[in-house]
Amino acid sequence: MIDGKDKSSIIQMFHVHKHYGSKKALIDINLNISKNEFLFISGPSGAGKSTLLRLIYLGEPVSEGQILVDGMNLSRIFPKRIPFLRRKFGIIFQDYKLISTKTVFDNVALVLEASGKKRKFIEKKVRSVLRTVGIEQRINALPPSLSGGEQQRVAIARAVVGVPKIILADEPTGSLDSDSADIILNLLKDFHTRGGTVIVATHDKELIRKAGGRILYLKQGHLLGPTPI
Amino acid sequence: MATYYHRAVQDIKNNGFLSTVTIITIALSILIVSAFALFFTNANNVMNYWQKGIRIMAYLKPDISQKNFPDIKRKIQGIYGVQDVNFISKEEAFKRLKEQMKRQSSILMNLNENPLPDAFEICMIASSQRGEKVEEIATKIESLPSIEVVEYGQKWLERFTNIFYLFRLAGYTMGGIFFMAAVFIVTNTIRLVIYTRREEIEIMRLVGASEKFIRGPFYIESIIQGTLGGIIGIAVLFITFKLISSNLEHSFKYELLNIKFLSHEFYCGIILCSMFVGWLGCYISLKQFLKA
Repeated sequence: MIDGKDKSSIIQMFHVHKHYGSKKALIDINLNISKNEFLFISGPSGAGKSTLLRLIYLGEPVSEGQILVDGMNLSRIFPKRIPFLRRKFGIIFQDYKLISTKTVFDNVALVLEASGKKRKFIEKKVRSVLRTVGIEQRINALPPSLSGGEQQRVAIARAVVGVPKIILADEPTGSLDSDSADIILNLLKDFHTRGGTVIVATHDKELIRKAGGRILYLKQGHLLGPTPI
Repeated sequence: MATYYHRAVQDIKNNGFLSTVTIITIALSILIVSAFALFFTNANNVMNYWQKGIRIMAYLKPDISQKNFPDIKRKIQGIYGVQDVNFISKEEAFKRLKEQMKRQSSILMNLNENPLPDAFEICMIASSQRGEKVEEIATKIESLPSIEVVEYGQKWLERFTNIFYLFRLAGYTMGGIFFMAAVFIVTNTIRLVIYTRREEIEIMRLVGASEKFIRGPFYIESIIQGTLGGIIGIAVLFITFKLISSNLEHSFKYELLNIKFLSHEFYCGIILCSMFVGWLGCYISLKQFLKA
């Protein structure tokens, strides 16, 4: 049944396939993610973890199957509604994806500007979030001048500033030392504690062990591990 | 709108090099187009000035009595398109001829009588100083019984009119081509700029920015760049014009080469065009880029 009436679910995937030409990246994925869940998608490089996340925020379309996100069927979404879908997410990318010509403040403020918030509110909110992630002192710095850990904190600040329902994190600690990784994990846990849903794609076993939560395993495009639905 | 403007100004500052390149490209394109417009307008003025010198000479039959002259003058003046009619007696004409042929004065000395006829010199109003109008007036004058022959440099006028029309046509065509070339160059420059900022656009999309939010500052940015490029282009042309025209005024007779800079309306129009070209370049580039 694809009715999206399961009130406890925030993301549902039904027989999802993703092909790139003849190459099958994801094969028959069925998945149910509950609200306020902390979920890890694990697996080796090339298993399809990042692809799975991209399908959820409509970074690319599915080849087959259907995905429901907070009641929105992604196969039937109008292009004009895509920005509204994306505002439900805070996305943390493996390569941070910060705009190198904009300051830390402007990078984080972008999310609130895009959703039409007032300038005064933006100033206050961005400073508050940067303080929370511990990077307020670099507010006017440009991303290339920041360390990897600092850039990741900015990326997290950008992900949470719009108060999204879901955080999607792709290898959030991939290139960080263990201290920086702990800080990032605590920030994600904090978001989860305040009612948010967190989905992390990682092969970092240490991170998974420290965080707890449900773990799903992807291998060669197949979803293994605990039965999702 | 204020947010878009704020972001556009920020983007210009943040992408200083690319913005400068775009402004210089627009300025150069505008400089080329407006330099051509300046040349064309002045050449057109010179041609109009030459055309204003067109006169019709109506020579009277030898047997016409002097008492009939006022009546003939009145009849010529009554023809539509005639502005002024001057009588030139044969004595006056002979005197002028002698002045013009000072070196060959011996030829004129040997003449037993003045061979020149009495004549009327006819000037026309501005709207009648074109080939077919002049011909029409000349035919009407020639049909008067007291007029023997009419001259107005038919061949020369015909050739001049043809050259004039050809020059205008070439001017408009060249202007159009230059304008299209400017649009093409500016579009490609802006496309390159947008291409270098593709990651920024991609990030904006990923954080939930609408197409309007992405496009808005780019449009404002390109209009600002277009305006600055236009002003710089016109300013450079004005300085160059002043330098050249001050030299030319010393070298040529003023009436012969009375060159003028573009009118206020014209250069304001060019700056508006420059803004439009900037916007158009951005619109085309974004349409292609965001579609991709």
